[in-house]
Amino acid sequence: MDKSIAEEIYALMVLGRKFEYAAKEHYMTGEISGFLHLDIGQEALSVAAMKAFDHGDVFTTYREHIMAMSRGIEPKAVMAELFGKSTGVSEGQGGSMHLFDPSHFFYGGDAIVGGHIPNAVGCAYARKFKESEHGVLVLFGDGASNSGAFFESLNIASTWKLPLLFLCENNQYAIGTKITRVAPFLEQRKKAEPYMRTMEVDGNDALAVYECIKEAQEYISKGHGPVFVEAMTYRYEGHSVSDAATYRSAEELEIWKHKDPIAQLKSVLQDRFELSSSDLDEIDKKAQETVDEAVTFAQESPEAGVETLYDHLFKEVNHVVS
Amino acid sequence: MLYREALNRAIDECMAVDSTVVMLGEDVGLYGGSYRVSEGLVAKYGEKCLIDTPIAELSIVGNAVGMAIGGLRPIAEIMTANFALLAFDQIINHMSKYHYMSAGKITLPMVVRFPQGVSKQLAAQHSESYEQMLAAVPGLRVFAVSDVNYAYHALKKAILMDDPVVFIEHELLYNKKGDVDMNADLDPFKARIVKEGQDVTIVTYLKMVDDVMEMLPELEEQTGKSYEVIDLQSLNPIDYDTLKNSLEKTGRLVMVEEDHYMGGYGAQIVSWAAEKMFYALDAAPLRIAGKNVPIPYNRKRELASIPTPETIKEEIKAWGAENGL
Repeated sequence: MDKSIAEEIYALMVLGRKFEYAAKEHYMTGEISGFLHLDIGQEALSVAAMKAFDHGDVFTTYREHIMAMSRGIEPKAVMAELFGKSTGVSEGQGGSMHLFDPSHFFYGGDAIVGGHIPNAVGCAYARKFKESEHGVLVLFGDGASNSGAFFESLNIASTWKLPLLFLCENNQYAIGTKITRVAPFLEQRKKAEPYMRTMEVDGNDALAVYECIKEAQEYISKGHGPVFVEAMTYRYEGHSVSDAATYRSAEELEIWKHKDPIAQLKSVLQDRFELSSSDLDEIDKKAQETVDEAVTFAQESPEAGVETLYDHLFKEVNHVVS
Repeated sequence: MLYREALNRAIDECMAVDSTVVMLGEDVGLYGGSYRVSEGLVAKYGEKCLIDTPIAELSIVGNAVGMAIGGLRPIAEIMTANFALLAFDQIINHMSKYHYMSAGKITLPMVVRFPQGVSKQLAAQHSESYEQMLAAVPGLRVFAVSDVNYAYHALKKAILMDDPVVFIEHELLYNKKGDVDMNADLDPFKARIVKEGQDVTIVTYLKMVDDVMEMLPELEEQTGKSYEVIDLQSLNPIDYDTLKNSLEKTGRLVMVEEDHYMGGYGAQIVSWAAEKMFYALDAAPLRIAGKNVPIPYNRKRELASIPTPETIKEEIKAWGAENGL
């Protein structure tokens, strides 16, 4: 593991957590509305997977702010999207759950649980069809791995030997339902075992996630077909900001906070890569500045006018609306 | 050329000019398609372009969405309308919304095709019509073409344009004969005036166009009136201009559809006429539609559940008599 990569991942994780807390704060003021799903506690997975998977397309869910930024989308454009402003990455049309940027091969932001997995399968078919070096990474939670779309996708991706990396972020809860209450086992990779190679990684260990996704990316690029990675993790906040997460015990949350992904990587940076506390403070300071700038940018940006309501309904024949 | 051959020809030509055109669905490849629409294409373009899928409709359309994101022009065939219900999540939540939600960053040049409607005793789970639901979805274009020549041109347009299109066919149209003029410059977004007339405008689409035309000579003879027949072709967008011009001339509207009366597609046309054409109308419009029942298996009951040439004729005659026509 290269020091600069570890440092970059750490900086993005710190940025991500600060970004999420800022989003929560501005949700409380009413500047951000709708559903807001925070990724606090899962930053290692979101950042390291994006940094490792550098040869392909990413399809993900509605808990995707940190992934979008790790993929190279400007924090300002993400925050402005949360504020519903025209400078947002989806021009305020999508909001928190729908961040898209094909220039970064990021088709994030799908809010139908499991519904984006078949889209990733299709994209992987297109990449194979065009003999591209690109593979496809699809992220989803433990909840999605109970859906029909998920099982159909395992079957098709393995039959067609597609360059597709399934990454299950198992945070053990589908909103308020513990996964073991609705599935016969905790480990969702067991569902994929008949179809493809499976791998397991500690989702709170950023460097382990990075190495694992690199290996998985290498595997799918060789034409072996898909691979399934399961990463165990935990979200500190509720499913969305409006969920108080009363279905989990304080003890359980504490256990996971002791495995905090940012604290873990911080120790590694100090011990193995010998970053000083002033280096770390500098990362922290920069992240805070970036978040503050993003918030100011979002607050000062204009909203899209209603006169453009019909824009982007169609690419062609948009002149006919009936 | 048969209707299904015209569709085959359209797909063939698109695949010949654009190597990113692919077709996927159950039995579309080696088998040649349940209604033989893709017959012979696998021999020309290979299994890479004619993709046999498992029976997984959600994935057929969901994969097509992803293929379109990945730079292909997929045509997803669903074997019959009722099976398309399994793909409605993908059609409505993904296919229709990505372009708008992404502020135009994602473009989905794709087509979903399926046949619908009453064929012959296929019973309730293989006979239904869903244009009323799909035409109501913002972000989708919906074609339902009855004419062989227009079907060829509309499908080519649907495949080669950059917006997502639902292309609805009818099981009883596949063997319809017609001439195809490959060089014609036709706009499938325009309604087609099948027959000009002075006294009544009959608006219809898909297989009902043929049923209307079948009874029309008798109707005209028995009523002594002349009827203008309009085939909508494009259900979204609607070519209101053509309808408006016709209604200003005739002042009378009859809407004929095979679909269930309750919430049927024709309700949109009649409601538009009531709102926008009220002062041009000389009589209350007539809606002729299917009964609000699942389609029965028994042939007599099946035919009683949808409009037929005979019932269309009789309903129009009765309505005309009541309205001083």
